Amino acid sequence: MKIGVLALQGAFAEHISVLHRLEVETLPVRLPHQLVGLDGLIIPGGESTTITSLMLSYNLRADISRMVENGLPVLGTCAGMILLARKVSNDGIEPVAVMGITVRRNAFGRQRESFETDLAIPVLGEKPFPGVFIRAPLIEQVTDKVEVLARLDNGTIVAARQGKLLACAFHPELTDDLRFHQYFLSIVSGEQ
Amino acid sequence: METGTWKVKTGLAQMLKGGVIMDVVTPEHAKIAEDAGACAVMALERVPADIRAAGGVARMADPTVIEAIMKAVTIPVMAKCRIGHFVEAQALEALGVDYIDESEVLTPADESHHVWKHDFNVPFVCGCRNLGEALRRIGEGAAMIRTKGEAGTGNIVEAVRHMRTVMDEIRKLVNMPEDELMAEAKELGAPFELVKEVHDTGKLPVVNFAAGGVATPADAALMMQLGADGVFVGSGIFKSSNPKVRAGAIVKATTHYQDPQIIAEVSKNLGEAMPGLDIKQIKPEELLAPRGW
Repeated sequence: MKIGVLALQGAFAEHISVLHRLEVETLPVRLPHQLVGLDGLIIPGGESTTITSLMLSYNLRADISRMVENGLPVLGTCAGMILLARKVSNDGIEPVAVMGITVRRNAFGRQRESFETDLAIPVLGEKPFPGVFIRAPLIEQVTDKVEVLARLDNGTIVAARQGKLLACAFHPELTDDLRFHQYFLSIVSGEQ
Repeated sequence: METGTWKVKTGLAQMLKGGVIMDVVTPEHAKIAEDAGACAVMALERVPADIRAAGGVARMADPTVIEAIMKAVTIPVMAKCRIGHFVEAQALEALGVDYIDESEVLTPADESHHVWKHDFNVPFVCGCRNLGEALRRIGEGAAMIRTKGEAGTGNIVEAVRHMRTVMDEIRKLVNMPEDELMAEAKELGAPFELVKEVHDTGKLPVVNFAAGGVATPADAALMMQLGADGVFVGSGIFKSSNPKVRAGAIVKATTHYQDPQIIAEVSKNLGEAMPGLDIKQIKPEELLAPRGW
């Protein structure tokens, strides 16, 4: 199994390090030819405006969008979730638009509102998952093809899945809990 | 829900990695920076080259300027306070800036003490010239470090010196036997626990950007190849003849820093870079990097 991590800007090294701990072959992706032969792709957190603009400059966006249509599994965290979304409600940003979720960018406010909280994520088991939310987005709406995986106590949707696409508003790569990545790998391998 | 934790403070810096943070003095500049792909902006009244030219006492920017910039863009906005000026820092936190730079570019308010940054909910970035200085700032609560370089000169030589020094000192610590770490901590003037952590992990406990003298795409890629996690560009963009094009080129060079073909390509037709200053021509008392300790 070979997983690519989009390495244009943001916390890509953290995802690579988690995948190494899980003993998965990993490749940083900066140019379209590096997408060839991947079994899955992670789009990390970072600044979605920056990543979008760098994706446009070397045609990565079109290639990723085509590969997702052909069934490439993708995990998007934070900015990565924004890029997967069909629509961003409060911004002119143009996502790759492959997943039936509408997201709100910087939904909780500025950095002083960034927070940590324990999350119940039933697909990962009973033990709560450490949620790290940094200038995080949230999911406002989902289509009926989308399965909601996690909510905050007030009902806000913060993780979702649609087929082989997995998105979360928080940062599993900043924690020592490997379960979210393991869940993604089980989607890639077809077990889930 | 817990806010202001060490994890969310250092985590925001991790989200900025591989990116370019640009100095801006107006909302229009900020928008140009955001459109060019900046991962954050530093809101200022004057860029360092102008601060250097103006002389006198340089202070925190007028909150009106900072707020206008915060309104203009969706990316994180940083702002500078004077070294040791914890009330300027309190004011910046009240404004809601995303990161505070306790900066040698402004005139220090305290010649002995830096701000005790653990008291704040908003994270801080601080400058350093070597590993000891970096670890002292982290000990005080800095959640991100940048090498100082020499701001406002358009001359990369000091940034290279500081980054090489930090990296050399990390390599030295990693190879050091444990029984020598305490003496080394004393030598560096750094907290022992952090010295031990660098020895064990082989890296700084927080993100480290390069700053102070970046003027071209190749400068940015140079700092990345030397081990920076990202770059600050101060005067280098808005003191050049074509800020928009240069900003975009520096963003691309920072992402593709290992790809000489792309660096060559984006370096074409950028217009005039900012005018540079030879460090040796600057009077010792006008150097910014020695401010702080």
